Amino acid sequence: MKIHSHFKLHSVLSYILVSVLMTGLLVMPALAQPEPAAVAGAVAEAVKEAADEAPKYADMDAFAASPGYAVFTTHNLWMMIAAALVFIMHLGFATLESGLTRSKNTTNILFKNTMIVCIGLLTYALMGFNLMYPGDAFEGRLIGFGGFGVGVGSGTEVANLTDTYNAGYTYWTDFLFQAMFAATAATIVSGAVAERIKLSTFLVFSTLFVAVAYPITGFWKWGNGWLNTMATPFYDFAGSTVVHSVGGWGALAGAIVLGPRLGKFVGGRIRPILGHSMPLATIGVFLLWLGWFGFNGGSVLSADPALVSLTLVTTCLAAAAGGVAAAMTAWTVLKKPDLSMALNGVLAGLVGITAGADQMAAGSAIIIGLVAGVLVVFSVLVFDKLRIDDPVGAISVHLVCGIWGTLAVGLFGALKGGAQIVAQLKGILSIGAFTFIFALVLFLILKVTMGLRVDAEEETEGLDIGEHGNHAYPDFQPMAEK
Amino acid sequence: MTVGRLRVLALPLLSGAERRTALHQTRQAGVAGPNNRMKKIEAIIKPFKLEEVKDALSDIGIEGMTVSEVKGFGRQKGHTEIYRGSEYTVDFLPKIKIELVVPDGTADGAVAAISKSAKTGKIGDGKVFVSNIEQAIRIRTDEKGDSAI
Repeated sequence: MKIHSHFKLHSVLSYILVSVLMTGLLVMPALAQPEPAAVAGAVAEAVKEAADEAPKYADMDAFAASPGYAVFTTHNLWMMIAAALVFIMHLGFATLESGLTRSKNTTNILFKNTMIVCIGLLTYALMGFNLMYPGDAFEGRLIGFGGFGVGVGSGTEVANLTDTYNAGYTYWTDFLFQAMFAATAATIVSGAVAERIKLSTFLVFSTLFVAVAYPITGFWKWGNGWLNTMATPFYDFAGSTVVHSVGGWGALAGAIVLGPRLGKFVGGRIRPILGHSMPLATIGVFLLWLGWFGFNGGSVLSADPALVSLTLVTTCLAAAAGGVAAAMTAWTVLKKPDLSMALNGVLAGLVGITAGADQMAAGSAIIIGLVAGVLVVFSVLVFDKLRIDDPVGAISVHLVCGIWGTLAVGLFGALKGGAQIVAQLKGILSIGAFTFIFALVLFLILKVTMGLRVDAEEETEGLDIGEHGNHAYPDFQPMAEK
Repeated sequence: MTVGRLRVLALPLLSGAERRTALHQTRQAGVAGPNNRMKKIEAIIKPFKLEEVKDALSDIGIEGMTVSEVKGFGRQKGHTEIYRGSEYTVDFLPKIKIELVVPDGTADGAVAAISKSAKTGKIGDGKVFVSNIEQAIRIRTDEKGDSAI
C-alpha cells in the first residue's frame, strides 16, 4: 500500500512538472506572437464590404453564372457542414448525460435529449428564428419579432438565396445553423435536472425556454439588439454567454427549485451517485468536441480560410488545456485522476474559448483553457458544498466557464481592455439576470401547476419505468404477452 | 501412489457396467443410488482467477460448470473508492462464484484443483464449499444421477 501511494505521489508530481514545462514551452513562444487582431479585423471588413457591394442578380440563373458563385458555394457548404457538426453535439449531450447518470434513468435521459432537438427545431422555425433575428428595423432594441414561420417567398430567391443575403450563406443555411444552436441551450438544462424531474414538466419548460428565453437574449447580441450596439459592443463570438451561460442559468434555476436527488446528501455528508457508463460519457465528450469544430468554426459565418483555421486551432488547444488542467487538479486536490472531471475539463475549455475563439492567439487559448479546467473542478466541489445537485456538472461547465470565457475576451486577445471588460460584464449580467429570473419563475409556476418532481417511489425505482414503462437495458426480462 | 494408479486403471474397467446398472436402478427408483452419490462444489474466487481455475478443472476432467458474477465480503471487508471528489465505501466486492456438481470420487480432486489455482496467498482469495446432492436430472434425456452431470 505504502509503495503504491509513493508511486502515485511521484507520478503525480512528475506529471505536473512535465505539464507545466510543456505548457511553458507552448505558451511562451505563442504569447510572443501577435494576437490575430489585424487578420480578424481585415476579414470582417472585407466580408462587410462584400455584403455592401453585393451584386444584384436578375435571377438565380444569372447568379449561377456569376464569378462569385463558386466561392459563395464554398462558404455556404462549410456553413452547412458546421450545422451538421453542431447537430451531432446533441448525440454528445445524450451520451454524456446518460453515461454520468444511473442506468435506471437512461431511457428518460435519451427521451428528453431526443425531444429537445425536435422541439427546438420546430419552435425555432415557428418563432425562435424571427425572435432572435427580427431584422434591421429592431436594431439596438430590447426585443423584436419578425413574424411567425420561416420561408423564402417566390420572387425573393435572389435576395435570400445568393450572396445578396449574406456573403457566407443562404437564408436556409442561416436558419439551419442557428436552429442547431437553439436546442443546445435547453439540452444543457436537461443534465442538471436529470434523474428526478417530471418528463411532462421538463418538456413544457424546454419548449418555452428554447422558444422564448433563448431567442430574446440571443437577439440582444447576435440579432443586433442593444448589447451589440453599445459604444463598446459586448463580444460573444460563438456563445459562451449567449448559448452556454444561458443553458447554465436555466440549469442552476432548475437544480435549485428541484432540490437534490434522493440519497445525494445524507446526514450532512455528500454521497456520490455514480454514473453508470464511463464509456458512454467519454463518447459524449468526444462527440461534443468534434461538434465544437462546427459550433465555433461555423460561427465565423463563412469559410474564410484564415479565420476558420485559427478558430479551429484555438478551440482545440483550449479543449486540450482544459482536459489537462482538470485532470491535474483532480489528481492533486481530490487524490485521484477522476475521468468524469477530466471530461468536464475538456468541455470547460471548449465553453471557455467559445466567446473569443476568433480573437485569441494560440497561447491565450491555452491559458483560457487551463483556467477553465481548474475552475470546473472547484466549481463542482462548491456546488456540492452548496447542496445544489448537478449530476453531470452542467452548471460548472456551461455557466461558470461560460462566464469565464466571456470575461476572457476582455482580458486576452485582440479585444482586451478595460472598456471591453465592462461590456463583457454588462452582457454577462444582463443575459444572466433575464435568463435566471425567467427560468426560476417558470420552474416555480410549473411546480405549483403541473408538479416538478416525480414522487420518491418513482425516483427510487427509476424514471425509465416510472415515466416510460420500460427499461433501457431489458436483459433477462422475459417478455410475456399480456 | 500404487493405490492411486490402481484406481485409475480400475475405474474405467469396472465402473462402466456398474454405472449402467446404477443408472438403470436410479431411473427405476427415481433417486440417486448408493453408487452415484454426488457433491456440489461452490467456490467463491477472485474474478481474475477464473481462467486459471477453469483450466485446472478441465485438466482433471471436469466437463461442466456454472459461473456467476457475485458480490460479497468476508474478513477482507470492503474498500474506499472516490467519485468526483467524494469518497464512499464499497462493502460488497466483486467475486466469481463457480458451481459444479461432480461424482463423489472426483470431489476431493476438484477442490484441490480449485484451491491450488485460485490461491494468491493474499486476503480475499475466497472459499470453497462442498455439499451433498440429492439428485441430478438431465433435462434433454431424463437421465438421473451422476450420469446426468
